[in-house]
Amino acid sequence: MATDTTTRSASPEQIRAVPVRHPGRWVAAAVIAVLVAMFVHMLVTNPVFQWSFMVDNMFSAPVLRGARTTLIMTVLAMVIGVLLGVVLAVMRLSPNPVVSGAAWVYVWFFRAIPRIVLLFFVANLGALYATYQLGFPFDRQLMDLFGFSGDLRFLDLDGNQIFTGFTAGLIGLALSEGAYMAEIVRAGIQSVDPGQTEAASALGMSRSTAMRRIVLPQAMRVIIPPTGNETIAMLKDTSLLIAVPVTIELNFQLRAIGSRTFQIIPMAVASILWYAALASLLMIGQHFLEKRFSRGFGARETRAQRAAREAREVGSTH
Amino acid sequence: MSTAADMPAEQLMVRAEGVHKRFGHVEVLKGIDLAVAPREVMCVIGPSGSGKSTFLRCINHLEKVDAGRLWVDGRLVGYRESGGKLHELKDREVAAQRREIGMVFQRFHLFPHMTALENVIEAPQRVKGVGKQAARARGTELLERVGLGDRVHNYPNQLSGGQQQRVAIARALAMEPKLMLFDEPTSALDPELVGEVLDVMRGLAADGMTMVVVTHEMGFAREVGDTLVFMDDGVVVESGAPRQVLTDPQHERTRAFLSKVL
Repeated sequence: MATDTTTRSASPEQIRAVPVRHPGRWVAAAVIAVLVAMFVHMLVTNPVFQWSFMVDNMFSAPVLRGARTTLIMTVLAMVIGVLLGVVLAVMRLSPNPVVSGAAWVYVWFFRAIPRIVLLFFVANLGALYATYQLGFPFDRQLMDLFGFSGDLRFLDLDGNQIFTGFTAGLIGLALSEGAYMAEIVRAGIQSVDPGQTEAASALGMSRSTAMRRIVLPQAMRVIIPPTGNETIAMLKDTSLLIAVPVTIELNFQLRAIGSRTFQIIPMAVASILWYAALASLLMIGQHFLEKRFSRGFGARETRAQRAAREAREVGSTH
Repeated sequence: MSTAADMPAEQLMVRAEGVHKRFGHVEVLKGIDLAVAPREVMCVIGPSGSGKSTFLRCINHLEKVDAGRLWVDGRLVGYRESGGKLHELKDREVAAQRREIGMVFQRFHLFPHMTALENVIEAPQRVKGVGKQAARARGTELLERVGLGDRVHNYPNQLSGGQQQRVAIARALAMEPKLMLFDEPTSALDPELVGEVLDVMRGLAADGMTMVVVTHEMGFAREVGDTLVFMDDGVVVESGAPRQVLTDPQHERTRAFLSKVL
């Protein structure tokens, strides 16, 4: 066999084989092309679509304000929801059975309630009490018992003012989101190798430092993708605010124009286009976030490393 | 080097008396008595499941001792004794004890989202409150000492197993421990990478670090260890000078084990 080594250096003839044909692709393309043509035909020829009316109205000032409200609501509800979720997840994994049980009950309850039902209930909490006060339980009874009069209450809120419009919507969506985020964060925390916590505690880190600096950043890789999906779902669920109602939000505004002018279909299409555009924007953001949090898990070279490697290479060649 | 035998108990770095540990119905440690003097290197060998890793993890309270007593540097590990009663230490107090004990794991357990340098400076900064500049300077120095001065900005997954284990050793050293525990530090490595890790450990021993090393590297145990302990089935079967235990084992179980691994 040793004699063969000389023939190996002469490169063999390049292969020019007949490629496999894919007739199925052409058939599929033809079928899809016909379906697309039918769809475009419908869009162009049906006068009910009222394209120019739709374009004129879908960017009117109240609609733009509505879009802004929808985005602000999405961001605020998610921020509160994520914070609530982290707290609930950490509570859920606590060795303290009371704390863990309370978190379980919260998550169970808010996952079991449809958002639109919850929103309707929160919006009408003003009917339960006119004013909401925070204070010591049984304060009046206890004061009476010890011969004093008065109460022990320190916060006083007007129920009809809080549980209405934007705040009612935000409270409802954020409370509900907290339950879903708690499950996502818990799964993320549990996905981190227990050896990481062990290494951290062997270095003398406290439970909370280890959680904050070691476990949560790694859990992020698992938490971020579903959180992106939650954010997109939240954007869409702001349309449920019609149950409160929140009048300054996108879906309400577009529907209002539709019912006022009897141009239901054009404004419904406008809603579709608006939500598709906003959701696409969030999907792009989600892509970049996921890239950021995969740090240390791909074989990607950072700027500092490249500089160090180049310095080494320069050093070795000189 | 002075051995633990001729040393007053309060000067010992590690002292174990009748340490028991059970997981459910399985008794993993059945009364361990051991003593490690300051600057001593103790190597622990034995078949898998003999309890040697569990004993190591008891020393820094990663596992709770069920019976018996364990002291590190004269202080009871994980408990406080007062009024004839044992009181469990709070998480914060346990953490303070662990700061003085470095640990190196079989599977490294580096923090994958941090560079080598960040791995090393994390605990000094967050736990000891060392300033960023000082921590970075000391961290770079430690990484140079383990031969990784040109890898400070690499993430763990860009390093070989041997390099990762050396970062893990530097990370433990950054807390300036009095005692270093090694839990089969070379068992997860490709054979050609074992030497570089053992070299670093050899250097540490030469600098006078007190070390307890659970290992299968008999050559290392013979050459670097002051004491060799053979454990089997949750008890210390035999201990003594490595050369003596390896060449002239007194117990049948030791002989049987050594005939399989040597």
